[in-house]
Amino acid sequence: MLDTYTTGADASESDSSGPISTTSEWTFELIQKYDRAIAELADEFGLDTYPNQIEVISSEQMMDAYSSVGMPVGYHHWSFGKQFINIENNYQRGLMGLAYEIVINSNPCIAYLMEENTMTMQALVIAHACYGHNSFFKNNYLFRSWTDASSIIDYLIFAKNYIASCEERYGLDEVEAVLDSCHALMNYGVDRYKRPYPISAVEEERRQKEREEYRQRQLNDLWRTIPKSGTGEEESEEQRFPEEPQENILYFIEKNAPLLENWQRELVRIVRKLAQYFYPQRQTQVMNEGWATFWHYTLLSELYRRGRVTDGFMMEFLQSHTNVIYQPPFDSPYYNGINPYTLGFAIFSDLRRICENPTEEDRQWFPDIAGSNWKETLQFAMRDFKDESFILQFLSPKVMRDLKLFSITDDDRESEILVSAIHDEDGYRELRATLAGQYNLGNREPNIQVYSVDTRGDRSLTLHHTQHWRRPLGKDTGEVLKHLHRLWGFDVHLHSLNGDEITASYHCPEIGRDRSDSEEESMLVPKPI
Amino acid sequence: MSYIIDRRLNGKKKSTVNRQRFLRRYKAHIKKAVGEAMNSRSITDMEKGERISIPTRDIREPVFSHGPGGRVERVLPGNKEFVAGDRVPRQGQQEGGGGGGGNASDSGEGMDDFVFQISQEEFLDFMFEGLQLPNMIKRRLTGNDAFQVVRAGISNEGTPGRLNVVRSLRAANARRIALTSSKRRNLRELEIELAQEEAKDPALRDQRKLEQLRGKIEELRRRIDRVPYLDDFDLKYNLLVRQPRPRSRAVMFCLMDVSGSMNQATKDMAKRFFLLLYLFLRRSYEYTEVVFIRHHTSAKEVDEEEFFYSRETGGTIVSSALKLMRRIMRERYPASEWNIYGAQASDGDNWNDDSSTCHKILIDDIMPYVQYYSYVEITPRDHQALWEEYERVRELFPNHFAMEQIVDVSDIYPVFRQLFSQKVPA
Repeated sequence: MLDTYTTGADASESDSSGPISTTSEWTFELIQKYDRAIAELADEFGLDTYPNQIEVISSEQMMDAYSSVGMPVGYHHWSFGKQFINIENNYQRGLMGLAYEIVINSNPCIAYLMEENTMTMQALVIAHACYGHNSFFKNNYLFRSWTDASSIIDYLIFAKNYIASCEERYGLDEVEAVLDSCHALMNYGVDRYKRPYPISAVEEERRQKEREEYRQRQLNDLWRTIPKSGTGEEESEEQRFPEEPQENILYFIEKNAPLLENWQRELVRIVRKLAQYFYPQRQTQVMNEGWATFWHYTLLSELYRRGRVTDGFMMEFLQSHTNVIYQPPFDSPYYNGINPYTLGFAIFSDLRRICENPTEEDRQWFPDIAGSNWKETLQFAMRDFKDESFILQFLSPKVMRDLKLFSITDDDRESEILVSAIHDEDGYRELRATLAGQYNLGNREPNIQVYSVDTRGDRSLTLHHTQHWRRPLGKDTGEVLKHLHRLWGFDVHLHSLNGDEITASYHCPEIGRDRSDSEEESMLVPKPI
Repeated sequence: MSYIIDRRLNGKKKSTVNRQRFLRRYKAHIKKAVGEAMNSRSITDMEKGERISIPTRDIREPVFSHGPGGRVERVLPGNKEFVAGDRVPRQGQQEGGGGGGGNASDSGEGMDDFVFQISQEEFLDFMFEGLQLPNMIKRRLTGNDAFQVVRAGISNEGTPGRLNVVRSLRAANARRIALTSSKRRNLRELEIELAQEEAKDPALRDQRKLEQLRGKIEELRRRIDRVPYLDDFDLKYNLLVRQPRPRSRAVMFCLMDVSGSMNQATKDMAKRFFLLLYLFLRRSYEYTEVVFIRHHTSAKEVDEEEFFYSRETGGTIVSSALKLMRRIMRERYPASEWNIYGAQASDGDNWNDDSSTCHKILIDDIMPYVQYYSYVEITPRDHQALWEEYERVRELFPNHFAMEQIVDVSDIYPVFRQLFSQKVPA
């Protein structure tokens, strides 16, 4: 079928055979030609994508895009400035190359190409971002249910303008303080188990007013101070608030913090919505990069096979490609965790192999997909999984052997580290489960939830940290609590629990000091708003 | 379908605001670094940018994370010799970073400070932030350099950029009405006549008259149409005129002692002080004049180049410089028009009875006319007669006279800030 395409279709276009370009210089015309050629191939392979908006930018603009965590329109905040300086330093000192591309989950899908890149690199980026990532954004279930690609740009503009207007009205320092605190809690601004509404700018603006009124009513209700007659001990036990622990701390703050002004609640909401937008990306790193890498490899190799690119092009491409998927071993000084590009690319490539050339082992491990249509199988794997389940489902023994994976158990009660499983018959399953667990956000981040609020007393907020295998909280905990305290406005307590036993407690303001002391101390603690 | 857009030309310096926010937040750190830099720099590169280093702990954005401890399971790549069940001694640092361990640096070293470069512009901003020339209150119309552009109605001439569309169209409309009114009146009459004629019974119609009327109507319409919609003289332009604006004029007298008693180190410090002052004036007060005076036994007005680089020297008579300053003030800078400032640097060593002369000149002829006079004494030794005389001047003019002592290079910048820090007007 592929052969008939090369000879038959597009015969009218004179340049449809032979290499598209022979030098490494790019021009807009050439980019267009490559894009068209790759688009046709992608179509053949059945990739379903948003329309592309390819933007050529300078390296400075790339650093910009980089430092605003890939938001094409970002609100202003010092942390982005810090990020930019950091990237600029590293780039100028040659410590890092810039990412070849940045791609935005929006409709049309925006991809940035750097002007310094050679033609080969531009083609690689087009294949990787505009067809790989793009199709992932459009089809993966997490992205489909958590983000609304068509409205994100509008929402970002709305957020930027809103924050700018707050800065004008209430001052830079005030706004910065709230944003700092929200950023500290950003990872706790997502409902993991509830599907949210996709965000939309128009809707936001329309409902903003409505929300203001509603919130005020709700708050008044919660903080009603008129005592009810005949309050007993047991009643306060019954009326615990919130009734169930809340995992979405920012949402809880937005709705219930007693002292926040309305605009401050809106800021909390904006940060929360952005957290939601980025949540799928954090959950699908391996899949997303693996998918895009698999496709740039497949698409460009196919171009080469059809004689549309030169040998030189292919050499340069393969060099970049092997750099991208290089995995340093654990004892290398360059080792910095498992490279998501490597792992994802290995799994997707191996899936294709299992479909096309299954071995006896594959038939045993993957009876359903061994020998099936590889395009359909890959689409299925891309659509309906996230990193954790994807690895649990599709990591094959061959990939484990190729990467020489092994797992270790580091228990602080033992004096030595145990090698619990390696890439052998006995270890495959355990290894796979352990690796999948490593990509479970719930395991990666401490599980902290809002436990209760002392509505009748000092209005203090209590959070519980449920330990996972006795892992304690890090050294920043006290700092984050200060931010939480700033938003909540009253005392904040955090208990770290191992089972039912409290092993550590954090308080803000710290307990054990006189009030007069804490007055002086308040220079260090962020002031409550 | 793909759209390809060239964005290289727009959106430059998009992150400037974020950078400014960052600098603003870490002002205290940067100011400290700038102050330190001022002390360690050689005199020739005082105004370059600077590397600023901020401890990482101050710049961290905290988030909840796991600390070390508990039971951690990790998958690592690149197994070479391990088999399941092996036990490996735990080393000082854990093997690899990996997994949920956060940013455990794998070389076992702590993280460096956050280091970055600020530009010359930013450096000077920080250096002179919050400084000003005190008592700058006299303002006058200086004539031809300070203007303010204001609107001054509408004119018939101007550049296309200032075209006032509404007024132009209104004028065109008025002209069209004026030029066509009689024709339109005629037209109306003829049309009525025509209508009457046509209303008659077909048999009674005067065909010739009808034709004539139609012809006339046609002709009139054509003439009305020929009046142009917009003519050259309809065009109206917004008129802007430049109004002179009163501005304060200031002159700074820099008096430097270059006598033989000043050794190379003290001269260097004096030069540093004046260089700082000069940079400050050049940056913050564009229209300030500077008069350089150097003196040993006699004083001389010199240019900038000579002031900082000449090597001439001799004995010391401080009053010579004050006399010269007095003369220049009288000749060129009448106190009614100018804000006058004086800055003097010396090692305090003076000819025996000259100090009282200085006191007298200052009190009688200089202090009543100047806005602010500062004196720095660069000496590690005890004060001499000159300092004591000046202290008496300070008692008489507490708001307009300041004196400080500089012992070594590191004092220069703090003393400078002290002398010119922004004061809340009493």
